Amino acid sequence: MSTTTNPVTISAPEGLPFIDIEREFDAPIAAVFNAHRDPELVKQWLGPKGYEMTIERWDFVPQGGYRYVHTDANGDAYAFNGTFHSVRENEFAIQTFEFEGFPDVVAIEAMTFEDLGDGRTRLRIHSTYPSLEARDGMVQSNMELGLREGYERLDDLLGV
Amino acid sequence: MIVDPSADDRLDRAFMALADPVRRGIIARLSRGPATVNELAEPFQITKQAVSKHIQVLEQAGLVTRTRDAQRRPVHLAAAQLEALTAWIDRYRLIHEQQFRSLDALLANDRGTNAATSDAGSADTAQEESES
Repeated sequence: MSTTTNPVTISAPEGLPFIDIEREFDAPIAAVFNAHRDPELVKQWLGPKGYEMTIERWDFVPQGGYRYVHTDANGDAYAFNGTFHSVRENEFAIQTFEFEGFPDVVAIEAMTFEDLGDGRTRLRIHSTYPSLEARDGMVQSNMELGLREGYERLDDLLGV
Repeated sequence: MIVDPSADDRLDRAFMALADPVRRGIIARLSRGPATVNELAEPFQITKQAVSKHIQVLEQAGLVTRTRDAQRRPVHLAAAQLEALTAWIDRYRLIHEQQFRSLDALLANDRGTNAATSDAGSADTAQEESES
């Protein structure tokens, strides 16, 4: 494992359909924010490796929206869509998130970008799901999508 | 899927127990071997009673056990329960971990090539040497 990798903190509180994710980046806030705004950049990091990512729409502005499709080597496709509700530059965004395999189960994700100084940035994502079942279902399906190559990827990581 | 509702329940309790930084610190310490309450209290600026409370929460969540070893009563990690917990969260984490590493690589690349600290939506940059 590389010593420079920042840890991801993920927590899921009891009895509440939330998931909190926190991660720091050794990059200035404008760059981290832009990697979320610019679809050409988003395509390079969002979603599991080994999947072709096609972005049909990506308007990272208030009342904007997005839709993208992950396609694996077998041609199986997984589509996601949502609305960008609030977007404040280098600060904050709220989006909805729907996996089309679980239609109408929509999560609301609040993203906070925090300037830590010294060209470092903290990203916090607070996801709210409609129910505990929805949270666990969504997490599970998300995992299935990422899992297959996830372990190969882990081997790679450990090999570094 | 988590089918067994009681397993789900235990998982929830475990997550709540680990929501606290002191309790995570205790778990981290116990991962190096059993310890007494006194030993566990040492690194923290809190009373022994407070640490005992934290241990109780961890115990109820099934994450630690206590044995009767004379009056020492050392605290042990409950490895099985912790494994069930980390299996769930680790798989989920793995996806984000990988995703964020890709973002790291992208951001590092960005700094290396052109100081693309550009603010407004110049959606034309990047691409150039994306190796992934």
